[in-house]
Amino acid sequence: MPSITHPIGADAAEGGGGAPSRRHFLYLGTAAMGAAGLGAAAWPFIDSMNPASDTLALATIEVNIASVQPGQMIVAAWQGKPVFIRRRTPEEIKAAQDVDITTLRDAEADSARVQKPEWLILIGVCTHLGCVPMFDGNALHLGDGGFGGWFCSCHGSQFDTAGRIRKGPAPRNLSVPRYVFLSEAVIKIG
Amino acid sequence: MVHDSKFTNPVIKWIDTRLPIFTLLQREYLEFQMPRNVNYLWASGALATLALVMLMVTGILLSMQYTANTTMAFASVEHIMRDVNYGWLLRDLHANLSSFFFAAIYVHMARGIYYGSYQNPRELLWLIGALIFLLMVMTGFLGYVLPWGQMSFWAATVITNLFSAFPVVGDPIVTWLWGGFSVDNPTLNRFYTLHFMLPFVLLAVVILHVAALHSVGSNNPLGIDPRGPDETVPFHPYVTIKDLFACCVFLLVVAAFVFFAPTYWGHPDNFIPANPMVTPSHIVPEWYYLWLYAILRGIPDKLGGTVAMFGAVLVLFVIPWLDTAKVRSLKFRPRARVCFWLMIIDIVVLSFCGARSPEGVWVLLARVGTGYYFVYFLILMPLLGRFETPRPMPASILESLKKAAGVAVLATAAGALTLGFAGVAQAEEVALPSHTWHQAGPFGTIDQKQAKRGFQVYQEVCSHCHALTLVPFRALAGIGFTEDQIKEIAAQWPYQVDDEPNDEGKVLKRAPRPYDRIVGPFANDKEAGAVMGGLLPPDLSVITKARHGGEDYIAALLTGYQESAPAGFKLIDGRFYNEYFPGHQIGMPQMLQDDSVSYADGTKATAEQEAEDVAVFLSFVADPTQDERKHLGLRVMLFLLVLTGLMYGCKRAVWHDLH
Repeated sequence: MPSITHPIGADAAEGGGGAPSRRHFLYLGTAAMGAAGLGAAAWPFIDSMNPASDTLALATIEVNIASVQPGQMIVAAWQGKPVFIRRRTPEEIKAAQDVDITTLRDAEADSARVQKPEWLILIGVCTHLGCVPMFDGNALHLGDGGFGGWFCSCHGSQFDTAGRIRKGPAPRNLSVPRYVFLSEAVIKIG
Repeated sequence: MVHDSKFTNPVIKWIDTRLPIFTLLQREYLEFQMPRNVNYLWASGALATLALVMLMVTGILLSMQYTANTTMAFASVEHIMRDVNYGWLLRDLHANLSSFFFAAIYVHMARGIYYGSYQNPRELLWLIGALIFLLMVMTGFLGYVLPWGQMSFWAATVITNLFSAFPVVGDPIVTWLWGGFSVDNPTLNRFYTLHFMLPFVLLAVVILHVAALHSVGSNNPLGIDPRGPDETVPFHPYVTIKDLFACCVFLLVVAAFVFFAPTYWGHPDNFIPANPMVTPSHIVPEWYYLWLYAILRGIPDKLGGTVAMFGAVLVLFVIPWLDTAKVRSLKFRPRARVCFWLMIIDIVVLSFCGARSPEGVWVLLARVGTGYYFVYFLILMPLLGRFETPRPMPASILESLKKAAGVAVLATAAGALTLGFAGVAQAEEVALPSHTWHQAGPFGTIDQKQAKRGFQVYQEVCSHCHALTLVPFRALAGIGFTEDQIKEIAAQWPYQVDDEPNDEGKVLKRAPRPYDRIVGPFANDKEAGAVMGGLLPPDLSVITKARHGGEDYIAALLTGYQESAPAGFKLIDGRFYNEYFPGHQIGMPQMLQDDSVSYADGTKATAEQEAEDVAVFLSFVADPTQDERKHLGLRVMLFLLVLTGLMYGCKRAVWHDLH
């Protein structure tokens, strides 16, 4: 009984039409070429599900931050995700800078997370499973054992005033998007 | 009882003992006995299956990008063509494969009739096949509606209205089909759902078709049953290798169209968005429905025409009982063979009738053709079977293992036939002065310098009336503008776009950005009409695809003005005489004069030069992936040629000891 794992035509490889080994080589070569073609043909189909060029073209946004007062936050939509733009109070900045970073799960100094200490810009997506954390100054009061930042209601992760993970299941700090200050009043995200 | 698996591989054996799927595959696809004299027409089933699978794969991926909404459907198809990675490939494959699916099935059906493959014991096999055809006709029609161009919309309207021919129940059925009082959003939505669902039904019926085939076995060109194992070959490798070779040739042909003539089988009117207020002057279905369309129009009565058209498909279901012959293959029935070929010619003639306006000789031809179609099946088939004396039959397959000349004829006829339909759609064209376009032909590419000059013409002249609403500014990168230049062009554009609502909730206007579409001066058609005295300057995004003659037409139109109309021609006030505009009365005055623009690259700006340049630019915006498409196409063709050659070598090697 022939096994179905044999290469194409192996059973017929006996008899005339050139030496069996030459025929075998032809079968294998054709099968290999066909397989390579199938593999290459798969790519356009897979790639069609990647972001299209109109999606990629919206990769940057400009946000006017002139009206944001200390202690206030605005949320901008970027690539379908919320971006938190928070103008921190001196108290929040101090709290963020005073932390001993060796105690942190995802050790990062506040200075590495901001361009200007007053402006904290974060992608508002919990690094645990993607929910949007809420800014909750009351429940997470600085000085009351709270961290003064964000709380993710899905699974209870708590982030401090630099958006760093302090408590709960999230493995990493809230991400900082790429951004530049185009002027004092306008930032470009992305 | 535990299945006793004969496989040695432990994993395969473990599975096969519990679910004998490998035994099944082995029995049906490796050992299954085929008459050894089957010819390449027996590969048509494999080709159709390949087409169906490819249609389903491309279709599922397209469905992830398509939007079934009347306001967005047309643009979403263009989005697929322009923005989605390889979206043009998915869409062009899908659209072209439908043609080749029908081509393969028509050959398959003609083969079945020619060799009597519907006779005892294959009646049910044939019935299931006829059901497949019916499902295909429905699915193909539903899919044609989805791009929501003018042909889509009017096909949907005309075909659904067929049901209104039936007394009493007709109108309620049509309203029910539409989900409204005309073809509209509910119609599009349900057509999309059905177009997605029916192929799976089709696939299930195909599986039944194959199961039925494997139960009674394949017919063969002689139409006599194999006597024993020396007259059959195992399916694998003998038939698999033939099918694979045929598949390679099939793919070569499909690729030639997909990469180098993707709109060949389509119709320019379907690049005009659906407009329920205006029917195109000449509506035709896709080539594979033309013969049915001719039958519909051939009968000068609404109900009669509808019944005849449905009847033309339904008659296929009763062929096994209409044919009274005891001999299957028409090889041995010279008279029946002549009638068969007349029927094939009849269908070609009907197709030509279906493509032409129903006037003059075409009406007569369509009626004669319709008559013969039904006479062939309902009268000739039963009578010939009874009264024709067949020629002597060979006693066995082995006795007459000769090359069947009929095959080549049939295959060539089918090929010529399908290609012949091409000419059909191209009826009644005005001769246009031809140009040598750099982008023409399989090796042609867009001349970026010329396209840039064309953009200048568009920007300085055309854009004051015509928008390019499917084309974002960023697309200009495709003709060599840098990112900064594009930003500048967008920022300086004289027409603005709506901004996001500001903090007070007001929607203000702002200058376009590179990702915005190239907007025109008018907010909507009403405004355009009010400003332009009732004229609507068409959007130019796909204009070279939406007009017969493409770039040649654009260039001819822009320079085809005459000072005054010929004597006797009655020109409406406010219109201009243009030689190439359909009807010759055009609302647009001659916009391109010598030196309408001044080119930075020193090219002399004659009106002809400007017209040619803007035609190149419009060719680019209508088909921005054309260079990429041809470039990939050449590599694919080269690969397929080599693979086809290798496959043919394999086929010869496998069959060597049998011949």
